[in-house]
Amino acid sequence: MSVPYAKLPGWAEYGLIPLVNLAVAFLISGLVVLIVGESPLEAAYHMVNGAFGRGEYIGFTLYYTTTFIFTGLAVAVAFHCGLFNIGGEGQAYIGGIGVVLACLAFDRTLPWYLVFPIAIVGAAFFGALWAMIPGWLQAKRGSHIVITTIMFNFIAASLMNYLLNRVFKPMGSMSLETRTFDAGGQLPKLDWLMSIFGLSVGSAPFNISFLLALLAAFGVWVLIWRTRLGYEMRTMGHSPAAARYAGIKEAKIIVIAMMISGGLAGMMALNPIMGEQFRMQLDFVQGAGFVGIAVALMGRSHPAGIIPAALLFGMLYQGGAEISFEMPSISRDMIVIIQGLVILFAGALEHMFRPAITRVILGLSPKTRDAAVTKGA
Amino acid sequence: MDVFQVFIELAQSTVRLSTPLILAALAGLFTERAGIFDIGLEGKMLGAAFAAGCVAYISQSVYMGLLAAVLVSVLLSLVHGYASITQRGSQIVSGVAINFVVAGSTVILGEAWFRQGGRTPALSADGRFGTVTLPFADAVRDVPVLGPLYSGLLSGHSPLTYLAFLMVPASWWILYRTRFGLRLRAVGENPGAVDTAGISVIWLRYRGVICCGILCGIAGAYLSLAAGAGFTKGMTAGKGYIALAALIFAKWRPKNILFACLLFGFLDAFAIRYQGYAFPLIGKVPVQLMQALPYILTVILLAGFIGKAIPPKAGGVPYVKER
Repeated sequence: MSVPYAKLPGWAEYGLIPLVNLAVAFLISGLVVLIVGESPLEAAYHMVNGAFGRGEYIGFTLYYTTTFIFTGLAVAVAFHCGLFNIGGEGQAYIGGIGVVLACLAFDRTLPWYLVFPIAIVGAAFFGALWAMIPGWLQAKRGSHIVITTIMFNFIAASLMNYLLNRVFKPMGSMSLETRTFDAGGQLPKLDWLMSIFGLSVGSAPFNISFLLALLAAFGVWVLIWRTRLGYEMRTMGHSPAAARYAGIKEAKIIVIAMMISGGLAGMMALNPIMGEQFRMQLDFVQGAGFVGIAVALMGRSHPAGIIPAALLFGMLYQGGAEISFEMPSISRDMIVIIQGLVILFAGALEHMFRPAITRVILGLSPKTRDAAVTKGA
Repeated sequence: MDVFQVFIELAQSTVRLSTPLILAALAGLFTERAGIFDIGLEGKMLGAAFAAGCVAYISQSVYMGLLAAVLVSVLLSLVHGYASITQRGSQIVSGVAINFVVAGSTVILGEAWFRQGGRTPALSADGRFGTVTLPFADAVRDVPVLGPLYSGLLSGHSPLTYLAFLMVPASWWILYRTRFGLRLRAVGENPGAVDTAGISVIWLRYRGVICCGILCGIAGAYLSLAAGAGFTKGMTAGKGYIALAALIFAKWRPKNILFACLLFGFLDAFAIRYQGYAFPLIGKVPVQLMQALPYILTVILLAGFIGKAIPPKAGGVPYVKER
């Protein structure tokens, strides 16, 4: 495809443009707050205060961040391979099966540090399995990955509803959830990490899976930019024809990329199930799989971008809860609007402000303009 | 005639449940045939249902409600069009974005304006579509077999239902028998050829997107003005995605869309009626399986195990005019 845009310096490409897109998304969200009849500035204050005002709030923010790092990485890995995995929601949901199986089997006999690795493998396995089928269907049967993964989200919802109803629910219980795990199925909180900074985690479920998320982010960076498999995936993403010409096995790479993506999405289930609720509830994913799309788009599919983007959405989730507490007419659905607007402006309309920004930057400094002309030509 | 009575009732709820699917799937047909994929059908329907609920309540006029629904849906379509045609952004991403923005804003605005937990106030008879009683429906009710078929199944639906079923041949006629339809299909297969013929690819695609908006708007209005009496939070409940599945299942053809939507509508009606019913031989079918069946069928079809669904060739690809 022809690229009609001049090359911008790195700080503008990876800093300014995403920031401008984000700012527009927030401005429009502010308009919605105005329409509702509240003050956007007050809402912004409650959001920031609610997300960072106290140690406990920060703990909640980082708890949500953990979830979004996993789902964001999941979407990003598939993006690099040119695949749009919209099924993170379903993969995370199914990943919960692995966590629950590990916990229900071992929580009374083993300590958490032995159950945790088993649960990680279980979550990644089930998540990968749920992503493998659409991957395989795309690679071998040519069905469109976007449509299949959407369908698999719905199938996952029905399947989990069935499993919670008939299999996981303890006898005689009315609510759709598993039994509460014993000590072996409960992850320790990261209060020591918070107390280094002189903060108290309070009741926030900020737990050790945060470290796992950071580790996963590093792992994804290594995978994509430092391994042969990652190189092959990126080649596929840039130009499937070139990849084929280079002898890269297309079908294999697609399936593997989807399985890694699904595995990362599945690992998200560790955080709410073992870290917060200590049981699996109906619909515990709560849209985190879709937030992953916004996070990956904002973070430009790079772990170094995904972590701050996940933090931003963690802030929105925690701060949004605080807003709805202080300003009852703004419920948590406000986050869904912001999320949609971020996806719109950082994703579909990412080039909207580029011509204007290019003009401003290149107009300001003749040196960059010359560089752009030579590079862009 | 117990079995017959059951059949009539099932068929009638099938027709009711497939009406929004037909309208939304036809909406998707117009835009996807023009080469613009649209997974935002869900969001547009929801936005339209909300607009219809609000305006019909305030103006006490069902037609103002319908108009508002179509306007909102077309507006959302134009946003999708702007992102994917003019800005050449990803059509999938844009569709996802629209779904989220609408899902959030209908709740926030509904709560702010009416304070009923995300609902719009219940509509009186003036604000809703009534049912159409076909001529002689009451007179022939007691005629065996044909009577119930005519007065129970064919008669007594909302005007929008009749419109939906009429839109199927109408869409076929527009797409296959008019110049606009030929060009619309061409722009989804080979936009370069259309451009060479001196026809604007951009404007054609925008028209396809607008057609989609109009039909999606009617589908949304059906939900809040005919099937329900007002808007409730998240009332589309995945119908936009089912319509998308039906569109693919129908291989992007109007006649097949009718049958696919009737099938999915029937599955829904059947699942509602036979929840927890033990069938001979099979036993109890879990209701979750029935709910998942449209999606499973679509996956199987897409995988080419029941024929092959081939999407419009240029679908999803932004058109770049060579300079």
